[in-house]
Amino acid sequence: MTGAMANFTKSGSDATARPAHIDVRGLTMAFGSFVVMRDLTFSIRHSEIFIIMGGSGCGKSTLMRHLIGLIEPAAGEVLYDGVNFTSAAPEEREAMLRRFGVLYQSGALWSSMTLAENVGLPLGEFTDLAPREIREIASLKLALVGLKGFEDYYPSQISGGMQKRAGLARAIALDPEALFLDEPSAGLDPVSSRLLDELILQLRDSLGATVVVVTHELASIFAIGDNSVFLDAETRTMGALGNPRELRDHTENPRVRRFLTRGEINLESAAHNG
Amino acid sequence: MIAQNAHSPSVTVDHDPAGTAVVRIGGSWRLRHGMPAAEPIEHALEAAGARAVRLDATAIGPWDSSLVSFVVRLEEFCRAKNIAIERGVLPAGLARMVALAQAVPETRGARAPQISAPLLERVGAAALERFAGTLRFLDFLGEAVIALGRMLTGRARFRRIDLLEAIQTCGANALGIVTLISYLVGVILAFMGAVQLQQFGAAIYVADLVAIGMVREMGAMMTGIIMSGRTGAAFAAQLGTMKVTQEIDALATMGISPMEFLTAPRIVALALMMPLLCLYSDFVGILGGATVGVSMLGLSLRTYLRESTGAILAATLIGGLVKSAVYGVLVALAGCYEGFACGGSSSAVGDAATRAVVAAIVAIVVACGIFAVLFNILGI
Repeated sequence: MTGAMANFTKSGSDATARPAHIDVRGLTMAFGSFVVMRDLTFSIRHSEIFIIMGGSGCGKSTLMRHLIGLIEPAAGEVLYDGVNFTSAAPEEREAMLRRFGVLYQSGALWSSMTLAENVGLPLGEFTDLAPREIREIASLKLALVGLKGFEDYYPSQISGGMQKRAGLARAIALDPEALFLDEPSAGLDPVSSRLLDELILQLRDSLGATVVVVTHELASIFAIGDNSVFLDAETRTMGALGNPRELRDHTENPRVRRFLTRGEINLESAAHNG
Repeated sequence: MIAQNAHSPSVTVDHDPAGTAVVRIGGSWRLRHGMPAAEPIEHALEAAGARAVRLDATAIGPWDSSLVSFVVRLEEFCRAKNIAIERGVLPAGLARMVALAQAVPETRGARAPQISAPLLERVGAAALERFAGTLRFLDFLGEAVIALGRMLTGRARFRRIDLLEAIQTCGANALGIVTLISYLVGVILAFMGAVQLQQFGAAIYVADLVAIGMVREMGAMMTGIIMSGRTGAAFAAQLGTMKVTQEIDALATMGISPMEFLTAPRIVALALMMPLLCLYSDFVGILGGATVGVSMLGLSLRTYLRESTGAILAATLIGGLVKSAVYGVLVALAGCYEGFACGGSSSAVGDAATRAVVAAIVAIVVACGIFAVLFNILGI
């Protein structure tokens, strides 16, 4: 929430007039000769909550790993604010990465560090803050995710849901402009998962960050998604693009509708036909 | 947002006619550029004996978490001192962030207590822990023996392919490193002997020295140490990771004994392969000695090898092979025990691997000493 946030708080309404935050153009993801997804083209606007959805194993997480440069695309490119990330020089790329925050599927907290140290590491590396100030900011971030008082715990001493929230605290340590969340609510109970959705909305509203969420939890998708892309495992490309609630009500693609309605409509119509 | 953005953050305190302290926040607040200290403000409020505080951020520039942290801290300070706090002009996003940070109260008693016990207590606790550790190891040893017994009588549950894979990794795959180390050890032994024995014109006895040295002690010991670093550490890391990812629990709840399924094949594989590696190591070591004998001492290869074979007694050779099998069991036990005792995190896996190597090497050296005494008594 550096420049982007100040701009957002001032002028959230003209966000649509700004160029897209993340632009994916003709992206093809492949492992060797095995193509996972091809010809993905979509844009993610500033301060938008963008959902990457699709069935298990269709390449959602792989797409996220492409967006943050952990995997190189087989074809196509990814642009941030009009700057080509895919072809950027390593130093330039590193500078761009510093403005991202990533929550990995299993939290990926460093097990030899306490929660405060986990959150404080990026602060120590990339700011001029004194150790005491780093500790204060780390406490604040942990408080934001509801983990106040757990600063001196090691990741192995807290529950899976708490690890996930601590991972989120680390992801927002540097007030990122873009936040990538891989299955944030997987393995959480409904109430915790609802609270996490609430937190994501709050963070977006107050930080003005763009949030990219990989998930297949329908409740979450409808609760927080502004925009979404559906990855179709059968055609190996995008099945639909748009607001998930509108997609549910209006999409023509049967696989997208089946996904967004848990296949219920299909069963009903099958029952009617039978 | 008023456009007088100073580049650095600013905080000032003044007092309005009603006696309320006004904390004016302005400038650009950036984590990357540091944040102003909160103490002077707190001191100023305390010194003025303020009963009420109003926050005013009319002159704020761009801001980030550093401002949120400052405001949260100031509000906590005011609450602690019973100072009424009023949020005047604050950016909308800021108020939301502050509310979010204060939404979940601090978990009581959550802060991990940092007890520093007196020295005597710590010594006692360490001694008790050592004792408990010994008991745990004996427990493990007993279970391992039972599992091996079941395996030998064909009642253990394990996959044959796992055993064959273990045999390959701790047998054939180790040949390269065993060759290199054994050859060099043979060369070193020969050099050491040559310097001394040449003075007496007894250079030919270098062959005896190298042959007996390799076959009796060095072959078994060097392969043991190589395998503890190579295979023992791998066992500990592998089983430790399986523990972390609950794979061992999954086996146990299916009624498959992890001891039979994981430990027994590994112990058997190492106990079978170590004597073979040791025999190979003996041979390569003698070749290393022969290189020195032929190139430096002017002995013919034929003479050297005849002298070597003459020096090796069957009992010495068998003794060395028995030792190596025992070392193999020790390495496998140390690796598996530390793997099963591993904690629940990735750093614990590293610790387990380290402890496995250290334990295996210590066990090998101790066993070597016991064997030396034993063989002496038996006259081998």
